[in-house]
Amino acid sequence: MDDHAPLEGSGIEEPLDLVRLSLDERIYVKLRGDRELRGKLHAYDGHLNMVLGDVEETITVVDVNEETSEEVIRIVKRNCEMLFVRGDGVILSQESEWKNAPRQRINHSCIKNI
Amino acid sequence: MAITGVLVSVDQFLNIKLDNIKVVDEERYPHMLAVKNCFIRGSVVRYVQLPAQSVDTALLQDAARRERQQPAASGRR
Repeated sequence: MDDHAPLEGSGIEEPLDLVRLSLDERIYVKLRGDRELRGKLHAYDGHLNMVLGDVEETITVVDVNEETSEEVIRIVKRNCEMLFVRGDGVILSQESEWKNAPRQRINHSCIKNI
Repeated sequence: MAITGVLVSVDQFLNIKLDNIKVVDEERYPHMLAVKNCFIRGSVVRYVQLPAQSVDTALLQDAARRERQQPAASGRR
């Protein structure tokens, strides 16, 4: 139990609390079906249903050339002002700026003592 | 498939009823042309695009923080 003491008062008790820390921040969400979202997190619930604002959706499509059976990767981007995302499609979410240096940020942040 | 329409109701499963619907890519789904209103099972929904001006983001944020403290206390949607 002593291991948990440093977390007291930080409000971090379960994984979803890390999502709560991203409220009102721009986050990166990886979804099923080779889709990714970047947007500001306005709300979420226990299913990871989310409401995101100023969203950019990135869809990765793999086209196979029928003659050469060559795979061509195509990126499709879409924007949306306000988007509700159903939680069953969510694979992961993280604060956008963590994207390139997740390890350092996590080590320095509040979950190091979990 | 993307459908726009007037939101009539939403239930606990996030099933959705829409009126005055229009399928975004009509050429691809011509069989939907005659459909005026519909019921969409929540589980097949990926996104709901909302008009940004009708969303109170401050209220949403507060609700999200409160939901964490008292999970599933609110049944209303």
